[in-house]
Amino acid sequence: MHSAALVIIFLTVVIALILGLLAARGKQMNLQQWTVAGRSFGALFVFLLMAGDIYTTFTFLGGSGWSYGVGGPTLYILSYGSLAYVLAYFMLPRIWRYAKTHNLISQPDYFEQRFQSKGLSMLVALVGVVAIIPYLQSQFTGLGLIVEIASYGSISAVWGMVIAMFVIAIYVTLSGVRGSAWTAALKDIVLLAVVLFIGIALPLHVGGFSAMFHKIDALKPGFLTFGSTAQGIPWFISTVLMTAVGFYMWPHAFGAVYTAKNERVFRNNAMFLPLYQLILLFVFFVGFAAILIVPGLTNSNLALMSAVTKVYAPWFVGVIGGAGMLAALVPGSLMLIGASTLLAENIYRPLSRSATPSQVQLVARVLVWVIAAITLFFSANSNATIVALLLMGYNFVTQFFPAVILGIFTQRGANRIGAISGIVVGVILVAIFALTGTSIIWGLNSGFLAVIANAIVVLAVSAATPSSAVVESPSAKATPAD
Amino acid sequence: MAIRWLAILPPLAFLVGVLFANSVTPYVLGLPFLWFYISACVVFTALVMIVVYVLDPANKGPELQD
Repeated sequence: MHSAALVIIFLTVVIALILGLLAARGKQMNLQQWTVAGRSFGALFVFLLMAGDIYTTFTFLGGSGWSYGVGGPTLYILSYGSLAYVLAYFMLPRIWRYAKTHNLISQPDYFEQRFQSKGLSMLVALVGVVAIIPYLQSQFTGLGLIVEIASYGSISAVWGMVIAMFVIAIYVTLSGVRGSAWTAALKDIVLLAVVLFIGIALPLHVGGFSAMFHKIDALKPGFLTFGSTAQGIPWFISTVLMTAVGFYMWPHAFGAVYTAKNERVFRNNAMFLPLYQLILLFVFFVGFAAILIVPGLTNSNLALMSAVTKVYAPWFVGVIGGAGMLAALVPGSLMLIGASTLLAENIYRPLSRSATPSQVQLVARVLVWVIAAITLFFSANSNATIVALLLMGYNFVTQFFPAVILGIFTQRGANRIGAISGIVVGVILVAIFALTGTSIIWGLNSGFLAVIANAIVVLAVSAATPSSAVVESPSAKATPAD
Repeated sequence: MAIRWLAILPPLAFLVGVLFANSVTPYVLGLPFLWFYISACVVFTALVMIVVYVLDPANKGPELQD
C-alpha cells in the first residue's frame, strides 16, 4: 500500500490548514495584525516562532544531504546558530526597543527611521526580497522531493512543487503570522519526535554510532573533518562568521524580533536556544547512515528520504514526509509574508501615496501569489543543493549587517550615504559571485569577503561625508543598565 | 557590565578552538573528535550565556519595558 504515504502527508497538510483557519477566525485582520500579531506574543510563542524559523527544509533535507555529500563542513550548520544567539543577546533588545518606540512594522522601516532615507528603505526591501527567493526556493525544492519520493515516483518533483506552492500560498492568505505560530507548535513536536527517532534508529540499523563513523572514515579518509575538500578550516571560520551575523538580518527574522512582548525574551533565548541546536546532530546522523544504506545518490538532497524509503514501510515514510511538509510550510509562509509585506509596504505604498491601508493589504495578498509563482519558476529550473541555495540568500542579507550594527551601537559610525554605499557595494559583489558561481575565494566564503568590503565602505564613506542632521540613535536612548 | 565580556568565549571556542580540534580521533561518546568538540562548544555557549544572564544587572528586577 504505497499510497499510505501520500494519504498521511495529505492529512498533515489539511490539519495545518485547519489550524491556520482557526487561528485567524474572529480577528480583525489589518496589516499590523496580519504581520506582527499586535505585539502580543509571550516568550513561549516567540520561542516557537523563532524555532520554527530555524528548523526548516534546510536543516531536515539540506543538513542530512550535506552530511551525506560533504561530511565535515556540515558542522558549520551546528555552529552558526549558537553564535547568532550570543550576538542576539546584545543586538536584539536594542532593535526591539527602537522598533517599539517608532512603531515599526518591517525591516526597511528601521533603515528609513534610522537613516531618514526612503531610498535606502526601498533598496533594503528589494535586496530582502532577492535574498528570500533562493531561501523560499529551497523550501519548494524540498517539498517537491518529498512528494516525489512519498508517491514512489508517481508524482514528479515539479508537480510536487506546484502543489507545495498552492498549499503555502493558500495557507498564508488564510491565516497570516498567527497561523504560523500555531502550526510551528505542531511542527516542532512532530519534527522533534521524527528526527530523534530516525537519527537514532538509522545509525543503529548500520551497526551503531561508533561503528558507523569508523566505517565512513575507512571508506572516505578525511571526510569527517575539514580539509578533504575546498571547504577547509578558513571556509568554516568565514562561513560561520557570515551566517552568524546574518542570522537576524533576514527580513522575516528581523520582523519576528518586533513580535516579542518584551526585550528580556531575547536575553532569555540566548541561554536555551543554543541547546536546541543539538537536535541538528540527529539530522546529520541520518545523512551519515544514508552513506551506508543508499550509497552513490547523484542528488544529495535525497539522502534522508531515500534512506527512509529503503528501510521503512510506506505509512512511516508518510509520517516523515508529513513532518518534512510542516518543516517547509512554517518558514515558507513566514518568508512569503515577509517578501510580500516588504514590496507592498515599503515599495508600493511610498510610490503610490494615495493608497489606502486596505489597498496596500490587497496588494500584499496578491504579491503572495506573484512571489510564489516566481519562486516556482526558479525551483523548476534549478538543481542546486538546498544548502547552497540558503548560503546564497545569506550572502545577500548579511550585507545589511554593517549598517545595522553601526546604526544601533554608534551615533556616527554609519550615515545615510555610507549605509547606502556599503549595501550597494556588497550586493554588487555578491551578485557577481552568484553569476560567476564563485562561492570560495582564497579558501574563504565569498559572501564573507563581500561583507568585509561593505563594512570598509560604510565606515570610510561615513567618515568622509558630512553627517546628515543628527538622527536619534537607539544608543542615545539606551538605559544605564544597557 | 564586565560580566558581558564572558560572551567572547563562545566565538573563541568555535572559531579558534577548531584549529586544534580538526581530527577524527580520539572518538568521544561514539563521535569523531571534531564532532564531539563542536557539540561541546554548543553546550559551552549555553552555559556561558546562563552565567551572563544571571549576573547581568539588565535582567534584574521587574521587566519595565512592557
